[in-house]
Amino acid sequence: MKTDPQPTPAADDVLSGRPHAAADSGLNPDSLPASAAPRIAAEALATLAAAEAPSAPPASWARDINALSQSLRDGETIFGWLETDLDASLCFVSGIVVLTDRRLLARGIGDADWQQWPLVAGLRLARRDHAGVGSLELFDDKALLARWRYTLSGDTAAGRLIEQFGRRLAALQSGCQPAPQEAALCPLCDTLLLPGQDECPNCNKEILSPPSTWTLFRLWRFAHPYRGQLLAGFLLMLASTAATLVPPYLTMPLMDEVLIPFQNGAPIDTHKVYLLLGGLFAAAIVAWSLGWAKTYILALVSERIGADLRTTTYQHLQTLSLEYFGGKRTGDLITRIGSESDRICVFLSLHLLDFATDVLMIAMTAAILISINPWLALVTLAPLPFIAWLIHVVRDRLRYGFEQIDRVWAEVTSVLADTIPGIRVVKAFAQEKREVARFREANARNLAVNDRVNKIWSLFTPTVTLMTEIGLLIVWAFGIWQVSQDAITVGVLSAFLAYIGRFYTRLDSMSRIVSVTQKAAAGAKRIFDVLDHVSSVPETTNPVPLPQPFAGNISVRKVGFRYGNRTVLRDVDLDIHAGEMIGLVGHSGSGKSTLVNLICRFYDVSEGSIRIDGVDLRSLSVADYRRNIGLVLQEPFLFFGTIADNIAYGKPDASRAEIIAAARAAHAHEFILRLPHGYDSLVGERGQALSGGERQRISIARALLINPRILILDEATSSVDTETELEIQGALENLIRGRTTIAIAHRLSTLRRADRLVVLDRGRIVEEGPHDDLIAREGAYFRLYEAQTKQLEEQIAEAGWVVASTDRRTQPAAAA
Amino acid sequence: MSDNIPATSTVATAASTAAGAAFALRRDSFGLLVYAGADGVEHTGVVPVRAFPISAPADGVALINAEGHELLWIEQLAALPVELCALINEELANRELIPEIRSVRSVSSFATPSVWRIATDRGETEIVLRSEDDIRRLASPALLIADAHGLHFLIRDRYALDAHSRKLLDRFL
Repeated sequence: MKTDPQPTPAADDVLSGRPHAAADSGLNPDSLPASAAPRIAAEALATLAAAEAPSAPPASWARDINALSQSLRDGETIFGWLETDLDASLCFVSGIVVLTDRRLLARGIGDADWQQWPLVAGLRLARRDHAGVGSLELFDDKALLARWRYTLSGDTAAGRLIEQFGRRLAALQSGCQPAPQEAALCPLCDTLLLPGQDECPNCNKEILSPPSTWTLFRLWRFAHPYRGQLLAGFLLMLASTAATLVPPYLTMPLMDEVLIPFQNGAPIDTHKVYLLLGGLFAAAIVAWSLGWAKTYILALVSERIGADLRTTTYQHLQTLSLEYFGGKRTGDLITRIGSESDRICVFLSLHLLDFATDVLMIAMTAAILISINPWLALVTLAPLPFIAWLIHVVRDRLRYGFEQIDRVWAEVTSVLADTIPGIRVVKAFAQEKREVARFREANARNLAVNDRVNKIWSLFTPTVTLMTEIGLLIVWAFGIWQVSQDAITVGVLSAFLAYIGRFYTRLDSMSRIVSVTQKAAAGAKRIFDVLDHVSSVPETTNPVPLPQPFAGNISVRKVGFRYGNRTVLRDVDLDIHAGEMIGLVGHSGSGKSTLVNLICRFYDVSEGSIRIDGVDLRSLSVADYRRNIGLVLQEPFLFFGTIADNIAYGKPDASRAEIIAAARAAHAHEFILRLPHGYDSLVGERGQALSGGERQRISIARALLINPRILILDEATSSVDTETELEIQGALENLIRGRTTIAIAHRLSTLRRADRLVVLDRGRIVEEGPHDDLIAREGAYFRLYEAQTKQLEEQIAEAGWVVASTDRRTQPAAAA
Repeated sequence: MSDNIPATSTVATAASTAAGAAFALRRDSFGLLVYAGADGVEHTGVVPVRAFPISAPADGVALINAEGHELLWIEQLAALPVELCALINEELANRELIPEIRSVRSVSSFATPSVWRIATDRGETEIVLRSEDDIRRLASPALLIADAHGLHFLIRDRYALDAHSRKLLDRFL
């Protein structure tokens, strides 16, 4: 929907529950004294409730809610409810809390009647959560009146109930209705939808329907572009299979018209022999050339499908949020994209092809056999259903087995991916043996799962072979009997046996398709798991264009964020003006980095909103927005490549002059020139070793080059010693100039240039203001500052340094 | 794991083993715990927290004040006077929820996301398993399963489950 990106002025009022003298609500608030309101406003109230209450009551409580609404008097109207799924002792017992325009009612599953609390001044409804359990608490001035528990699936509903509670209370007190909620609601979960957002991010997060078991058919999406070649391949396959069926057919006349008459004393018909042998040879040549063409075309196509699959998966992976990467292990993701797609590719090019050939061959053979002699054909084909059944039975068992093998295999890879990057820690703590043991354990699990699958598998193949032998035996027996009855000729029997030889060997190889199909299906499922994962930072369908010129005003409104079951931020309000530098201060774990991640939109807020120049972050195109953000992290990451490439990472088309200018401004130019290959030196993994300060200056140059409006420094100078920090500071000052800057720093001294400091404590903003003001206030910041200064002084005293001589001091111990 | 942790600060140990307990706890009308230490200063909104809620729930409980600072370290709850112990246990029971899965009744599919119908020590419920990665292997044979809403469910011994549950569970491991 096309909507005005500007915030509606009413929206803030709604959230804070303040009454809003609304001329558009259909009520004339001024003429309604609180006491007279109910009767007159009953109808209007019902309309309002219909618009604002959740769409349908929870199924298990629908009857009680209906009964309740029948019994309400004097126009009392239900405005909302929350189904609680935990009782006071945290057992899974359902309960309900209902809000009307004048009362709050609650009932547990065993309760005889409703408990109720009239809405009076001073009543407060609040929620909090801990370790996945939410509590909704009702207070008055003096005490806690009631407490309800719910799992966090009800958290959004609880939030809405609290909001509605505030609105109802305000309406009762002032006598006028707050402005109606204007934003659209998600039809499934009633979450507020933002302008430009068609789908609810909450619902998208948990798609409850599992991927279909016919996962392999979903590969059609990737095969579709090659359907022409696929059709050609299929026709070739048809023709080549038909060609391979000619030779056994020719054995019939060879036997009946040449060999048997000869045995009976007739001379050999040389002409006929030449004709038949020529036919055999021609059939072989045709089958060979057609088979070659078919295999080549289909292998070509399947390789392309595999490549597309890999690229698409990687492309999709890049759009997923940090949340996804946080929850996945690198090794596992690498396996999925690397070997799984390869396995699918091999399956398509080799096994599926063979299988299709086999099926065709069986169908054609059956047709030929029936045309020669229906009775003998019937006997020949009799074991077929049995074998099919066997394949079906084993298939299920094998599939889960193979899926398990895949998971275990990913686990083995994960152990490697865990330890190899951390090898320094492993060696430093002399834990090599432990890591080997961990690997062995993962490997042992791999073995155990494989053993289980092999148990079924090893029995399966010989069984199919046995079936084949028995089938042959039956055909011999039945055939001999038929020959003896003169029902068929020896030639027919020999043709049958020749066909069956091929037929049953194909069955044997066909049974192999079971395992490879299941493996490929399991692989496909794991790839589609990635592909089906909807980013928790969804790209909006109609992005609002970035305001031009882009100034970089950031306003954070009532933002809450939960990571898993931990509430990291709650009710954060912050305005950052264009060009301002803000220092975020607080203990570690106070939510500084999370706030920054939210502003970068690496995560989406759980509650509230962040607006950039007045536009909600979620309605902007992610890439467009991030292009305006410069990020300097504590541990600068350099990709494998030249220094110039690394500096130009955010702007690959930057000219050499631009790169050098950025490096100069970042105070990196000189040290780069000192490297043997200058800007062409290789860095990153396997590259030139650079010091922390040097890497940091390269990452500053990288941020400078894209000339961002918003700059984020996340502990940019924390991992370097003081001396290097001073150098970096110089570089940073060039970077900060004229940009909206948010800096996080442990060392408060590094924030002295900040216009304003924001002190966070356990997810809330506790103080805000310039350094001097905060010191004068003697609050949380003062304590932090004091602690740090004291610590510094103590360290200096302990080291026996004389503060005055810092300019020519010896190597500081911290540099190690 | 918890066995080889070096002895914590002697002050805390002394406080918890002292016969009369050098602190007082009570619950105020808002349902919050109020702690008064040896210095007589009252802290409202004190929260008890287990250090090893899964591996050693019985030992190591800390009292944390509203600012998140540790006020008291209790080596063993059982060593406290009965009424204090009861108060702390009540508050712990109020806050923590790691239901133990007794059996898995049914699962909606063997591919994730999957909705499981389970019976726990706290009643029957439904959970959504987002992906197999949400099943965490603790020290064998225990498993910890995180549902889509961040609640954690414990399986103490997966081999002790009934055959049906084990079979269902096996498909996800």
